[in-house]
Parts: sequence; structure tokens; C-alpha cells
Amino acid sequence: MNFIDHPRKLRGFEKHIRVEKVSRRSILKGLGVTGGFVLAAPVMSRQALAYETGAGQMPHGVVVDPRVFVSVAPDGIVTIIGHRSEMGTGVRTSLPLIVAEEMEADWSRVKVQQAHGDEVKFGNQDTDGSRSTRHYLMPMRQIGASARTMLEQAAAKRWGVPATEVKAVNHEVVHSASGRKLGFGELAADAAKESVPSIEGLKLKDAKDFRYLGKGQVGIVDLHDITTGKALYGADVRLPGMKYAVIARPPVTGGKLVSFDPEAALKIPGVEKVMQVRGWPWPSKFQPLGGVAVIARNTGAAIKGRDALKLVWDDGPNGKYDSVAYRKELEEASRKPGLVLRKEGDADAALKGADKVIVGEYYIPHLAHVAMEPPVAVANVKGDKADIWAPVQSPGGTREDVAKTLEIPEGNVTVNVTLLGGGFGRKSKCDFALEAALLSKELGAPVKVQWTREDDLHNGFVHTVSVERIEAGLDKSGKVIAWRHRSVAPSIASTFAAGTVHQAPFEIGMGLVDMPFEIANISCENPEAAAHTRIGWFRSVSNIPRAFAVQSMVGEIAQATGRDQKDMLLELIGSPRIVKPNVKDLWNYGEPQDSYPIDTARLRKVVELVAEKGEWGRKLPKGHGLGIAVHRSFVSYIATIVEVAVDDKGKLTVPRVDTAIDCGTYVNPERIASQIEGAAIMGLSLAKYGEITFKDGKVQQKNFDDFQVVRIDESPAVTNVYIVPPGPATPPSGVGEPGVPPFAPALINAIFAATGKRIRSLPIGKQLEA
Amino acid sequence: MIKVKINGQEQSWDGDPDLPLLWFLRDEAGLTGTKYGCGQALCGACTVIVDKEAVRACITSINDVAGREVTTIEGLHPNGDHPVQKAWRQVNVPQCGFCQAGQIMQAAALLMDNPKPSHDQIREAMSGNICRCGCYQRIENAVHLASTGV
Repeated sequence: MNFIDHPRKLRGFEKHIRVEKVSRRSILKGLGVTGGFVLAAPVMSRQALAYETGAGQMPHGVVVDPRVFVSVAPDGIVTIIGHRSEMGTGVRTSLPLIVAEEMEADWSRVKVQQAHGDEVKFGNQDTDGSRSTRHYLMPMRQIGASARTMLEQAAAKRWGVPATEVKAVNHEVVHSASGRKLGFGELAADAAKESVPSIEGLKLKDAKDFRYLGKGQVGIVDLHDITTGKALYGADVRLPGMKYAVIARPPVTGGKLVSFDPEAALKIPGVEKVMQVRGWPWPSKFQPLGGVAVIARNTGAAIKGRDALKLVWDDGPNGKYDSVAYRKELEEASRKPGLVLRKEGDADAALKGADKVIVGEYYIPHLAHVAMEPPVAVANVKGDKADIWAPVQSPGGTREDVAKTLEIPEGNVTVNVTLLGGGFGRKSKCDFALEAALLSKELGAPVKVQWTREDDLHNGFVHTVSVERIEAGLDKSGKVIAWRHRSVAPSIASTFAAGTVHQAPFEIGMGLVDMPFEIANISCENPEAAAHTRIGWFRSVSNIPRAFAVQSMVGEIAQATGRDQKDMLLELIGSPRIVKPNVKDLWNYGEPQDSYPIDTARLRKVVELVAEKGEWGRKLPKGHGLGIAVHRSFVSYIATIVEVAVDDKGKLTVPRVDTAIDCGTYVNPERIASQIEGAAIMGLSLAKYGEITFKDGKVQQKNFDDFQVVRIDESPAVTNVYIVPPGPATPPSGVGEPGVPPFAPALINAIFAATGKRIRSLPIGKQLEA
Repeated sequence: MIKVKINGQEQSWDGDPDLPLLWFLRDEAGLTGTKYGCGQALCGACTVIVDKEAVRACITSINDVAGREVTTIEGLHPNGDHPVQKAWRQVNVPQCGFCQAGQIMQAAALLMDNPKPSHDQIREAMSGNICRCGCYQRIENAVHLASTGV
């Protein structure tokens, strides 16, 4: 099953667009002139990029044109477009900050404007996979440098001096020989007439001259609005005449409405209408599930109206889905050979001949994203035109899907991107925007579709459920000579194509076949697993179960051989080298192997750094323990040490967390720290509580009382973050997701150190009690 | 006709008296700073101050606040410079920001009641407010900073 080598290729776009003539719109004033060519990534030379990324392989590639992203007003205000979605990573600040750095703009005179969904114009906008900085650091620098060069050329012409004699410095261009200066605003009109310089000829700033990049002293652009309630999320959009809708959806994936009685709902004050919503059969990517919508003058009335609906459903083929029975199926599958994905040496023979075999069978259940802002969208469809306002991670994909769903041209769809009240992969799926579009079309009025928290839990796209079975064979000296890892889990691809039973390349590449240990005999296998609900991306995706299993097994081997966890980990990682797994078309987060190899020197480095800074081996009070784990994901390297305390009653607390990250060249260390701090909380939440269960095809959890997440009173007392300083040419890598995977295994290894209890099944729940 | 004072302004409502205050604020009064997160008083995203007490607007009906004074994030300080808001910015608390209005209102109510809370008291008072991004360490530090002078 190789049809997905990158999730977004499912959209069916051509791979990349090389040179595209674009018609530009009103945002391009000042620097902008009419017409113009947009240069896409594949045209750029290797030298200009300094390193290669997979950016050009994404749908619509990269657009590097200052006239698309930058405008300078006569008063000197520089407006920079943020074309990715802001869900809390700080990207709406970080990418424009890169442009401002290179163009010598003064950040206090910069405004950031959110792009609508238009990938032909802006390049790829799909904000997932921890890709934004990785793919856009260099393009944003080039955009900024181009804008700076155009401003310098305009000033040189005005003064009649060679361009080499002038220099942009902090929002003005200076001719130091004559002491003349012109502000960016004064040069805007002339600079707009300059041609866009070739990328190859651009001079980028020397890193020692950076004012913003790598410094972390700039707050996010939305900070004031967030603290005053003015920030606009999807839920906050209000249009004149807008109706409020809440939808009752089939409780089982693949179920259908049989009949409904709207009478009681229509009697609720404020309820105006009850109508059926079109649904699509399962699986059909992100298309709506269908159901019955209650339309009201406010959301409260719509919810009350929905509660009053009488509904009869046909649960369809998944009506028997049961988490307990399914777990048994997965466990049984993991005990038999599966599709071999990586084979080095002969693991089966080596396991047979081993002095000792350690077996770990790990279970990681379904998880839900529960972003604080549940799915919500506003649509205003008039005739063959649709305006959408939504907190979506992929505005380009949303635009395409709205057009297809309404059967109108893509150019007639405008997707306005609001702030996202959390994303975590849930808002990569635009089903809620499609629902709003369908309802608005039928109502002939603007409408907001609000999902309740119960809807979010019952009708989402859950994280997969998996059994990870690892067998490690040791020789007489305690050296690991064999490694067999069977991973059994329904694939995200099952949400796109019926009959999917194997993991897609982008899933097996997340910690299964890219396992970096120096072991002679390796077998990585994927037995079959069929899905019975909608499976979707969840922050860090398959890295969560894989890192949990692999790093727990390191702890188990250390435990069995009486070794220190950290020493065992470094011994397994082995010598500093580039790992080249024997895997056909190894998926590397979409990145070329040359720029982003699996580098064990970097893996070792984060382990050593966190061990030093995190005081590995320090003396601890009774009942405390330390655990360590490391994982490469999203082409970054992260190691975490967790200290736990477990009291007599089994109550778990986390006094301290230390994390070291090597994410290559970085933009905003302050936001990296916030992502890692948050990843520890998300890791702790999934380890302690995270579990979505199904019975009779239905999700059993309803709200934050039975799907719990960590609260402030149980959060780590302190999380320390150490960022590895990048080498001069180390390409940037992911930050948003890689922090999560190593947390749970470090925690579990710490619990073993503290209590002698080895937990192999998540969540921890009550396992420490008694 | 229900009358209620919101951020110093008299508002009236002659619809369903059971309408949750949250939806009155957001959909009828246009005060969207107060957020919906769960509808069951489990997450604190909808926290507002009624008279001097932190209240979950999602389970409080408009009738419950008849004749009382409601303060939302929009009315906490005319320029957004309440000590808690300033501390939040100084510590760079938010990630996605969606829960932060509720967090800030809860913290402001805490400081009205207890101007110098200990770290344990901060953790206890803020434990009804969920942040899925996991900004807790900074929330704790920001409340402490607000209590000691920004």
C-alpha cells in the first residue's frame, strides 16, 4: 500500500509548480507593481538554498516573491504576509520575523497580515508535519533580502550613486559616504518599480548581524489581543444575519440517519429550523458525516434544540467496534509474522540463538485531540460563490474541498484563516468547514457551525490504536544482537481508502523502520489491522507509540542486564554514523536524505547534553526516580529526562523535566521552549489519562470529566529546555511535534526506577495504585 | 425582561431565561472574548467575574445574573493593562491563546480574594482551567508576578 508517500498528495494536485504567472490583488501596495512572475522552489539553485528541503515537493511548492509577501506603505509601515496557520506554535510571528530580519525592517513598524487560502499565490500553506520553519526559513530570508535589495537600488538611483555604496539599516537606506538617509516609506514607490533580483545573486545577512533571528526577545504578534479578548478565532467570527447551527451526527463511523422528528426541537425558544445535512459514506477523506442540523438565533438555543431531537440511526458496518476485543486482535496479530518492512541480518535466527530474549508488548490506545476550541466554521454561500472563515491548518486544502463539495470553481471560494484555538492535527481536516458551506448554501444565509465538546469526542478523527511488540535478543555478554519490532495499528490511509490494512510509508517512517540502534540483526514488521473508525493525524502521529515502545524496551534491557539506562541507551545508539536502514524508499518526513540524514552523532549529543544539564544520576529522595528517552522525529533530535515521585498510595507527581532539542538552525528559542514545555504536558496527559474507547461502535467518552487532560496542579513543577546550538549550515528541523514522543517512555522508565513497576499499557490510569 | 450590567453597561434580554450566560455574551451581546470549551464547567474557558466571584458562564443562566454585574475579559481593564494582563505579556504565557481569557479572569478573581497567593494556592485556584497547549508553568509564574508587582 504505497499510495501515500506524502499525505497531502492525496489532494491530487500536481507535484509542484515551477513558474506561475499570477494576478495580484489589493494587498500589494507600495512595493508591488502589476503583473510579475512568482518563482517556485525548484527553480532555485542548490547554492542559493545552502541546503535542500522537501518544500518544493509539497503541493504548490514555495513562492519566493517579495511582491507577494511584503508591502511598504508611504508612512513606512511594512506589512508582511503570514501564510501559514497559527495554532500556538508562534509561526505567524516567526516567519514574518525572518523577512523583517533580512530586509532590515524595524519590527515595531511591521504589521503581520494573515493570508487567505491560495497556494498558487503563496505556495504551500498546509501547516502540519512541523514543517513551517524547516521549509520557509530560507525562502523567507530570500524574500526579505529581495525586498531590501529593491529598496537599496531605489535609493541608489535617487542619489545617483552605485548600489554597492548604499546599505539598508533599521528601516532606512543609508549612503554613508555622503551621510544621506531615506526611510523605507520614502522609497516605497520607487522600490516598487525595481525589478525583483535573481535569487542566485542575493546577498544574505551574516548571522553575526542578526537582530532577531535566534534571539527570542520578540513576543508573538497576537499577544496583546489574546490577553484582552480581541484575538479572532474561528468561533468568534460574526456576520450580519448569521444563523447558529449545531448538528446531530451519526454516533458510529459509517452510520446513517434513518428518521428524525423535529417537532420538540422546533418548540425550543430561539430555534428557527431543523434540516438534514448531507453525509458521505465511510471512508471519504474529510467529507461530512451528515445528520440533522438545528438552526437557531444563538448557539445555546441550537444546542437545546438538538438535545430535543428524536433520531433513529442505522449504525452500519462498524456498529460492533469494541476496544477490548480489538486490543486482543492486535495483540494476537503482533505475535505472528507480518509484512517485513526492514530486514538486516537474520533476526529470527539470532533470536533463536540468543542467550536471553526480552519481550515487550506495548499498548497505546486511541487518543483525541481536544483542542480547546472545538471545530467551528462560518460560511456565507451565495450562488456559486463561497466565503469561509475557519480555524484550519490547511486553507488551501479547505478551499479545494469546499469547491468540490459545492461543485463550484475553486477560484470562487475564499477561505479566510482565523487564529486556531489549538490544532494538533484535528484542524488539518476541514469537515466542519464543509458542513458550514453545505448549510449556508441551503439556508441562503451566513451560518456558523459549532461543534460541542461531546461532538469533538464522538465524531472526530482519532489517533490510531496500536500494539507494538519488540523482542530483543542478547548474547552472553549482554550485548543486543537481535531486534524484532512488530507494529500493528490501523492506518490513517484507511480514512481515505476502504480496505486499507497496512501502515502507509509516512507512518512506518515514524520510529519503526528508522530505528537508529546499531544492532546486527533487525526485522521491522507490520501485521495487518483494519480500521473501524476514522483515524487521523494527532500531534507527533505514529512517533508516540513507537517511541514509547522502543525507549521502554531500552529501559527493560537496562533493567534485565543491570545497566544504567543512559549508558544502555548510548550503547544501543552506538557509534557516531549515518544510519541507512535497509528500507525501500525510506520516508524521511518528506526531506532529502542528504540534508537530513539519520545522524547518530546528533542523537548521542542530545542524550549527553540532557544527562549533563539534567543532572542524570543525581541523588533523589525515597520514592523518586529518573527516566530517560530519546527520539528523532520530524528530522529533529530530542532527549528527555523525567523525575517522578510515587507515594505509598500510588499517587504520581512530576517534580522536574529536562529536555534537550537539536532542531538545527532556529528562529525563536523562546517559542521553542514554550513548545517543549507544552509537549511535556501533552505527553503527561496521554501517559496518565489518554484513552478513547469504543463500545458498540460509539466513543464512550463525552467531555473533560471522562477524557481527562493534565491540569496545572499536577503539571511538572519545572520543565527545563536546552537547545543545541546549530552548526553554521545545519538546516532547520521540526519543533511543534518532536517534543511529545520521548516524554511518555522517559516517564515510564522513571516510574520503574522509583517503584520497580514496569508499565507497558497506556494510560497509566490506576496501575500504580494497590 | 432580564436586566444585567455587563462591563458597566446595562443589557436586557427577553428570550429564554435559561439561556447560558456564555451564549448571551458571545452570540447576543457580541462579546466573543469569553470562550466555549466544554459547556459543563469542566475547562474554565468561559470564566467571567460576577460581582467579585469567578463564575463559569457556560452553566450560569442569564436569569442567574439578573441585576448583577458581570465583568468579561473585554471589561477587565480599559486598556488591557490589568496587572494580570501585563504579567501574562511579560511572561509570554499564551500559545494558541484560546483558554487565556478564562485563565486571566480566574487569576484576576484569585488576586481580588487573595492578593499574595502561594504557589500551591495558585495551582489550586487555577486547577479548574484547562490549557491543552500546556502553558501551566508560565501561568503559575505570571500569576505570581502579578501578585508581586509587574
